[in-house]
Amino acid sequence: MIYEITIDERNYRVELNRVDGRWDCRLDGKPVEIDAVLPRRDVLSILIKGKAYEIKRERSATDLHLWVGSARYGVQLRDPRSLRSRAGTDDGKGPRKLVAPMPGKIVRVLAPENSEVEAGQGVLVVEAMKMQNEIKSPKKGVVRKMVATEGANVNAGDVLAVVE
Amino acid sequence: MFKKILIANRGEIAVRVLRACREMGIQSVAVYSDVDRAALHVRKADEAYHLGPAPAAESYLNIEKIMAAARKSGADAIHPGYGFLSENPRFAQACAEAGIKFIGPTAAAMEMMGSKTRARQHMEKAGVPFVPGTSRGVDSVEEAARVAEKIGYPIMLKAAAGGGGKGMRLVHTPEEVRSALESARSEAQRAFGDNEVYVEKAIVNPRHIEMQVLADEHGNTVYLGERECSIQRRHQKVLEESPSPLVDPEMRRRMGEVAVRVAQAAGYTNAGTIEFLADQQKNFYFLEMNTRLQVEHPVTELTTGLDLVHLQIRIAAGQKLPFQQEDIQLRGHAIECRIYAEDPDNNYFPSPGKITLLLLPSGPGIRRDSGMYEGWTVPIEYDPLLAKLIGYGTDRSQATARLVRALHEYFVGGIKTNLSLFRRILNDAEFQAGHLDTGFLDRLLARGVESTTSDRGGADVAAIAAGVFAILDGEVRGDGPPANGTNGTGTESVSNWKRRAREEALN
Repeated sequence: MIYEITIDERNYRVELNRVDGRWDCRLDGKPVEIDAVLPRRDVLSILIKGKAYEIKRERSATDLHLWVGSARYGVQLRDPRSLRSRAGTDDGKGPRKLVAPMPGKIVRVLAPENSEVEAGQGVLVVEAMKMQNEIKSPKKGVVRKMVATEGANVNAGDVLAVVE
Repeated sequence: MFKKILIANRGEIAVRVLRACREMGIQSVAVYSDVDRAALHVRKADEAYHLGPAPAAESYLNIEKIMAAARKSGADAIHPGYGFLSENPRFAQACAEAGIKFIGPTAAAMEMMGSKTRARQHMEKAGVPFVPGTSRGVDSVEEAARVAEKIGYPIMLKAAAGGGGKGMRLVHTPEEVRSALESARSEAQRAFGDNEVYVEKAIVNPRHIEMQVLADEHGNTVYLGERECSIQRRHQKVLEESPSPLVDPEMRRRMGEVAVRVAQAAGYTNAGTIEFLADQQKNFYFLEMNTRLQVEHPVTELTTGLDLVHLQIRIAAGQKLPFQQEDIQLRGHAIECRIYAEDPDNNYFPSPGKITLLLLPSGPGIRRDSGMYEGWTVPIEYDPLLAKLIGYGTDRSQATARLVRALHEYFVGGIKTNLSLFRRILNDAEFQAGHLDTGFLDRLLARGVESTTSDRGGADVAAIAAGVFAILDGEVRGDGPPANGTNGTGTESVSNWKRRAREEALN
């Protein structure tokens, strides 16, 4: 199997085959001696040139993250033979959506529709777990759309507003 | 002894108390709100009763509903835990009137210590040292400025009914007094429904050190050593330890004796904590008394070898303290980390959600008091405290090393937690030297964002692991999309290759 993997904006080509229960691994064309077992779901024990790692996996509907020690890596994985591709499309230009980072309640709209905002300026206040958190504008622009209303409950990932 | 105790709380402390009940052969009764039906304290209790909707006012803060559950269950005592109704004199009074023992002080003692200014008036009579300032609220800007002139700047304005840093203002110059007083007043009014504000001298680089006391209902009061709680964020404690690196046996004796005087002056019974502000010259000043079990009580349990919840229950049942002051010996060192559901990469915002993977530390010197489990969804309605990880060792450096080791073993997946923060604190040179004050954590955090996004040396390993995961997933359940929420490694599932081959053969 060949995978194209993107981590921290760097691309890796990982070739993996299993021969008689042993792993044959190439990273960007270079052979790497590995052994791996899955002791439980989302936990991988992997030996790379004799060094032992316990890799933890977090998955959501859209994201895949792997933990190596105390560092967390966002991973995009493509199988070149597969038609499914998960390339990101966000180039930072054009309209940007403000999404709720956690489930909670909208307590205040700070920048109403059509108001101008600076990058980093608070647009909404969301309350969760007894704490109020400001959702800030990712860019300088105009609030094109304010979807959220004060007092409404929101789920993580809900679009609250659009800044353009 | 009681036959059945209702625990008027949730989360890790409810689990902590019901464990003590089971150890003592007492039946435990849990209560829960709509979103807590699957919570750990409900799963582990002998009996459980539904209170109402998720908001605390309609569940864990609702005295009528809790008293109804107590009557229905036939409980003969109630343990309030911490937070919620634990320091509410009306609740203690309601218990007394219903003939159900409240495991804590009397309503009268609670009421006296509940108002900071009233507590101060009583404590001054008992010869307790105070930070210089007013013992009553100030009526005007002029009065506040006059007091400030007498005791010297900087001063601190504080809400009389306050707590958690609300209604507090630091003032450096006379020009700032007016606006600081007005904003402290309005904040106090909003937060506590009471705008009384008093003036105190601000202690520079203060340490927050507290003394645990126990008092039985026969007039015996002892102190159980101090806890250093200087590592705070937004006036909330994050890490606590016992003993304090500052306190020597002489200072401990002086603090302990003052704490016992405070408790006795208030007619206090059961477990309580006297909070002090200490300066680096080992002067200490009375701050307030917490009339309940503290979140950080385990560090005292480990260094004294006592079980504070057992003792709370025995005291409430009318038993005498089974030891005297000279029997209390401190041994070793304990440090507690408060594990919160919050995101270190997003300014420690709360991060509720479903816990998809939970790997637990164990081994020498490690205690875990937890209210979470894998598969549980952390609700958004309550305090984000998930668990407490406590390290114990012969001395402070061993306790620290054990905690660092345990933090490597601890993994909470699916939600964000502050676990990485404790690695930073425990590895910090100032922390290890014991140079602490209440500004420690803000300074540490200001020094830059070292967290889950730093140290990218493992990216190659992650890339290989991602490929291996993809292959092993394919072997386990076919080459389908990641099957979120499926259970375990379903070895019985047939590979997609096989299934497709069979389909093609049949067509």
